[in-house]
Amino acid sequence: MDQTTLNFIVVGASFALYFGIAIWAKAASTSEFYAAGRGVNPVVNGMATAADWMSAASFISMAGLIAFVGYNNSLFLMGWTGGYVLMAMLLAPYLRKFGKFTVPEFVGDRYYSNAARVVAVICLIVISVTYVIGQMRGAGIAFSRFLEIDITAGLFTAGFVVFVYAVLGGMKGITYTQVAQYVVLITAYTVPAIFISLNLTGNPIPGLGLFSTITEGNQGAGQHLLITLDGLLTDLGFREYTATTNPWLMALYTLSLMIGTAGLPHVIIRFFTVPKVADARWSAGWALVFIALLYLTAPAVGAMARLNITTTMWPAGIEGEAVAVDELPDWFETWQVTGLLGVEDKNGDGRIQYYNDSNPDLQALATERGWEGNELVTFNRDILVLANPEIAQLPGWVIALIAAGGIAAALSTAAGLLLAISSAISHDLIKSVFNPNISEKGELLAARISMAVAICVAVYLGLNPPGFAAQVVALAFGLAAATLFPTLMMGIFSKRMNSQGAIAGMLAGLISTCAYLFLYLGIFFLPGTNMLDSSQYLFGIPPTHFGPIGALFNFGAAYLVSNATAAPPKEIQDLVESVRIPRGAGMAVDH
Amino acid sequence: MSDNSDDQGYWKANVRLIWLCLIIWALCSFGFAILLRPLVSGIAVGGTDLGFWFAQQGSILVFLVLIFFYAIRMNAIDREHGVDEE
Repeated sequence: MDQTTLNFIVVGASFALYFGIAIWAKAASTSEFYAAGRGVNPVVNGMATAADWMSAASFISMAGLIAFVGYNNSLFLMGWTGGYVLMAMLLAPYLRKFGKFTVPEFVGDRYYSNAARVVAVICLIVISVTYVIGQMRGAGIAFSRFLEIDITAGLFTAGFVVFVYAVLGGMKGITYTQVAQYVVLITAYTVPAIFISLNLTGNPIPGLGLFSTITEGNQGAGQHLLITLDGLLTDLGFREYTATTNPWLMALYTLSLMIGTAGLPHVIIRFFTVPKVADARWSAGWALVFIALLYLTAPAVGAMARLNITTTMWPAGIEGEAVAVDELPDWFETWQVTGLLGVEDKNGDGRIQYYNDSNPDLQALATERGWEGNELVTFNRDILVLANPEIAQLPGWVIALIAAGGIAAALSTAAGLLLAISSAISHDLIKSVFNPNISEKGELLAARISMAVAICVAVYLGLNPPGFAAQVVALAFGLAAATLFPTLMMGIFSKRMNSQGAIAGMLAGLISTCAYLFLYLGIFFLPGTNMLDSSQYLFGIPPTHFGPIGALFNFGAAYLVSNATAAPPKEIQDLVESVRIPRGAGMAVDH
Repeated sequence: MSDNSDDQGYWKANVRLIWLCLIIWALCSFGFAILLRPLVSGIAVGGTDLGFWFAQQGSILVFLVLIFFYAIRMNAIDREHGVDEE
């Protein structure tokens, strides 16, 4: 059986599983559609949250990001997990006690203002839509690569699959589908990693293998893996894997990702689905357990892949000859076809020299040995995870599993985002602002229609991605950090915070973040409309790192304005008191 | 809200616990893993230094412990102050 057929079978089986779950978990009420009837076990919810959170970027790109930069890009590991500490202590239990369905609903009720609610809806939609484009695109690419169909067909398939289980099952369907998707994606990620780690270090746990010594039969045997890697990279003129560059910027970016994570609405709404406040606390912990299984494996995958590639290119070490063109491993050929990997024998010696040709120290050596520049001309970072089973020479079904895992990661995140968007529209715009008298049945229908429309928009944007898709993720994190997180937190921790303060804060965060991003990356990211360039960063801060500063603007504006205006009414202060105390959360279940 | 003064005490205990956890959270991630890395660079871990380990693994493990520690302590505080559910 050829690989494509095998991929079709494994991916098809995973879809059949998701459809089966969707039919079983059909939502019958708005409570089931928005919050899965609040009956989800915290461990199950943790698993669903992990799948919801881990997107195509975590699954496919993160290991590659770490592999090619090393220590500095640990900021993704810390940033994307550290936010859960903030969420578990500063948001999740209180929002669960508040006991409603959406994030803008909390903002609207706590700040007794439809204006605040609408600002929150706008932030939520901007955050979620920018995010969902990347997920749909990711799903489309995964389909086209593994099933060898074109990207349009891949996107329509992705849209159809999400449509079936999200429109039918709502949060209830999504939750249980995400549990299945988690199992698929974590198996796909860890199986190849375990084999590679066993091969290199003899340790079956990749996270421990990363800090172990290399076993006999590999280059650098008997030496610690990281020492060997640092040595090889220095010899080739690259930066040491474990070296630090700018610690302050690294800390700022880490903080930005942490606050952004804690403010992402599609993750926050998952904590509405558990039965009790205590469960919301447990659930955040379980989510991180399941996320950590992948996040502790990723740095090992990154470092081991970098080492494998380097030793493949230099089979006898740097002092020996580089790899001959006809001795490149088979997976090189497979991936060269896709254009994601490219070699070019510039000096025509039949060998491929891989080194950092922009390093002046290496130019003398290059001249001496007749090299004419780096000959590994293209190496897309996303290949690392996707080609991992081939690099480790694992059987075809593992490769098929990676295909199903990548698709599961993209679809589960897309579904979570689409639910956040559709519930904000049907619940916060239609029910709360435009038509408060809508019946439960009418609202459920409106929720399903909004979901269907959101899917169509997502598929359309996936087909015609705005050219700035990579930059908008920075906008999503920046806005979540600068608008929703501070506003939610102040709503819980400050009784004095009033509607004027909250609205001023959200606007200050929104405007300052957009202004900083647009100034450097162009107005709405249109190329050529930027007014400043990267040499003119304020205090050297890149736009991607702006989240914490936007959050400071939010806190500052909110503090000043709320102190200059009247305190919130007594019933709101009582509401804050009650949100802080777990007792009585059960009553919210049947509201 | 039967006893308002006790609710205040409950909230104070919660905020105190949050501060403790967040100080450890910041110390392990922004501290040992990034800004204080030179200070702990003398401690060798598996071919590199403690700061690198905290950056790639240690922080995540500490985050995990912190969330579960918080959940366990909070559930106990809920009971002590009589505000737990059921």
